[in-house]
Amino acid sequence: MKPIEIEKLQAYIDQFANEPVYIHLETTNGAYAQHFDSNAYNVGAYIRNASITFLQGKVVEQDLSYRIGLKHEIGWIYAEGLTDYEFTEEGQLLIAGHDREGRLMVTLEISRQPFAY
Amino acid sequence: MNYSEHKHVVVIYPHPDDESFGVAGTVTNFRKAGVPVTYLCGTLGEMGRNMGSPFFANRETLPEIRKKELIDACEVLDMNLEMLGYRDKTLEFEPREEVAENLKNYIEDLGATLVITFYPPFAVHPDHNALGAAAFEAVRKIDREKRPELWANAISNDREEKLGKPEIVIDTEEVFDIKLKALKSHRSQAEGMLSKMNASENFIGEYESALKRLQYEAFHRVDVDKVSY
Repeated sequence: MKPIEIEKLQAYIDQFANEPVYIHLETTNGAYAQHFDSNAYNVGAYIRNASITFLQGKVVEQDLSYRIGLKHEIGWIYAEGLTDYEFTEEGQLLIAGHDREGRLMVTLEISRQPFAY
Repeated sequence: MNYSEHKHVVVIYPHPDDESFGVAGTVTNFRKAGVPVTYLCGTLGEMGRNMGSPFFANRETLPEIRKKELIDACEVLDMNLEMLGYRDKTLEFEPREEVAENLKNYIEDLGATLVITFYPPFAVHPDHNALGAAAFEAVRKIDREKRPELWANAISNDREEKLGKPEIVIDTEEVFDIKLKALKSHRSQAEGMLSKMNASENFIGEYESALKRLQYEAFHRVDVDKVSY
């Protein structure tokens, strides 16, 4: 993965519009957040291989991190805190946000083929 | 401790690296005594958030990377490996009975005289607790006179308050070079911890600092008929 370049990423996202795609969307602060800090909360959510068709997708920058919104017919998909991206040989668009230690905090992925189990 | 009195040790944890953090020194001692050890590893840690430091993995490449790291670590520890094929972060949603039956078959087929797993619900991560509970259940399903011994490690902050002191504490100093090597096989997972340790103000060298944190492996001896899980 490499740091997001907004124009390139936008072009990749546009390629996936208006056809059925699979989405992996996830955010996490790890399973040990509360273990290491009793004032912290463990939160996380992920959805793997949601099948949707989005009509438009847009990348927005703020303070060196990025948000992405995908509008579909009956709703939205949204991710915040994205920093890095990669378009794989398999045609998957992987976008993620990492903290200073390189840990994944959020990821949004789009593919025409389902992601591996 | 007389390690050679055991015939086969089965270690049951959900993630690649759980074995290196929790039981690597103990495994090494059993192997040195000629006792076969098998690791039943529940998942490939597919949902881990450590991607290396600086990161080199992503959500899609992580499973294969961690699988390779797991195989390498098991080679360092000279133990057999069985990958159970569950998915990271989903073990608590699998039917416990089915997972327990699966584990019981391995335990019986391997002729285990000792099973080592996490102590539910004192193991912090939901997968640790779920697989630990399934392992307890697997042992409970075996006829009492044929049951292997059961050791469980608790890692929650309230472990001593709730369970008292662990009965078995193994000092791994003599074999710590092997434990550290196993740990470092899990590059994607260990790098972050090691670089954090490196940057801490009481850093006294990688080996010494790691030894200070991971020297002792502690287990409770569990009678499954006497605990709720």
